[in-house]
Amino acid sequence: MIQYWQENSGQMINLMIQHAQMVLGSLLIAIVIAFILIVVFLRRENWLNGLMYFFSLLYSVPSYAFFALLIPITGLGQISAIIVLAFYSEYVLLRSFITGIREVDPSYLEVAAGLGMTTKQIFVKVQLALALPTIFSGIQVALASTMAIATIASTISAGGLGDLLFEGLQTGRVVPILWGTILTVLLTLICIVILKLIENIFVVDVPKQ
Amino acid sequence: MIKEIIKFNHVNKKFGKNEVIKDLSFSINEGEFITVLGSSGSGKTTTLKMINGLEKPTSGQIIVNDCDLKEANLVTLRRHIGYVVQSIGLFPHMTISQNIGVTPKLLGWDQGKIDLKVKDLLELVGLDSKEYASRYPTQLSGGQQQRIGVARALATNPPLMLFDEPFSALDAITRQNLQREVKELHHKLSKKTFFFVTHDINEALYLGDRVMVMNHGQIEQFDTPNKVANQPATNYVKRLIGTVRENQALWEDIK
Repeated sequence: MIQYWQENSGQMINLMIQHAQMVLGSLLIAIVIAFILIVVFLRRENWLNGLMYFFSLLYSVPSYAFFALLIPITGLGQISAIIVLAFYSEYVLLRSFITGIREVDPSYLEVAAGLGMTTKQIFVKVQLALALPTIFSGIQVALASTMAIATIASTISAGGLGDLLFEGLQTGRVVPILWGTILTVLLTLICIVILKLIENIFVVDVPKQ
Repeated sequence: MIKEIIKFNHVNKKFGKNEVIKDLSFSINEGEFITVLGSSGSGKTTTLKMINGLEKPTSGQIIVNDCDLKEANLVTLRRHIGYVVQSIGLFPHMTISQNIGVTPKLLGWDQGKIDLKVKDLLELVGLDSKEYASRYPTQLSGGQQQRIGVARALATNPPLMLFDEPFSALDAITRQNLQREVKELHHKLSKKTFFFVTHDINEALYLGDRVMVMNHGQIEQFDTPNKVANQPATNYVKRLIGTVRENQALWEDIK
């Protein structure tokens, strides 16, 4: 184990950075798209439900097949990987965004209107603000699942920690597989900690009585 | 000259096929304390929400502060009408001072002016500003929360205050204290009009300069508490007053 690390540490750190780039890039794109979809379709319930259904179907497509299907369009490499990963996290994100916003007690919305907030102000200051904890937990779920799925991206030469897993598989060695797993988990944990720190900035920790 | 602050002209309101308000006409003068008494489904809350435009009439005209609501900018209008509701509706993610400062902030006041106002208002509703300003709503009791609700509604010094059953979820002692305080508040803030919806007959008679008794979307009687109690205009009002008398009999028995 240790010896493998000593021999390949530079390469492994590179793979980790690649992995992080793929996951965070796709997640960022997916978050932006989720926000745009919510803002555009907030008042059109049927559209939102339809979108959620559409993304749930995509979510059920096996990731291996999804990667393969994109090769003729966007070719081999990171771009294809990021597109696929963004689609996967879109479902989780959209679902949690919508749930969070719908769960806000409607009496707050009426009071907000009664106090003289515009529709936009109600959305930003009340709906979104109160939905943030749910939104952040959705981002966390999307982050963790994308980290795992991203290992498959190795098959379309997108790099990342999947390379270690497949190297292990092809050469019949356990050590690279173990390292790939450990580093994936480690990277996930680091990202979750950072996400929590960001959440602490945006979400006020309201004391319970 | 007495100024009319609210005027309803043949207002009708339907939710789909359900007619909540049939044909409502009344006017309220500046500075009056009006209580609206009715059971649930009487249309009293709908009437209140039509005053600040949260509900729109199906037909008829509503004039608030010389402004026809059909042509008014409702957002601007609402920033100058106080609004207190039964659910209290303090935003849980904001501190007490942020909650009170919501509407002033929307109006673009600078923070110094907002802070001063928050301090004044907390004192006005009997809460120590040092102790409460930076707390969150969940850390306050129901009665304290509704005090903040009242303070928030007063933040922009509106000429008109709407109360939608504000005390009905509170315990009897807290409720009575708050009723007394609201009545004092109305005296203190001369010229402010209070429009107070309730289903509690004692509350309605105690607080109101005039009491509007509503049933099935119509006004049964709109008169001083004395007249409502002693000269009920309709059978419904008579029955309503009868319940109080029955209660009194019960108290006599217990003695």
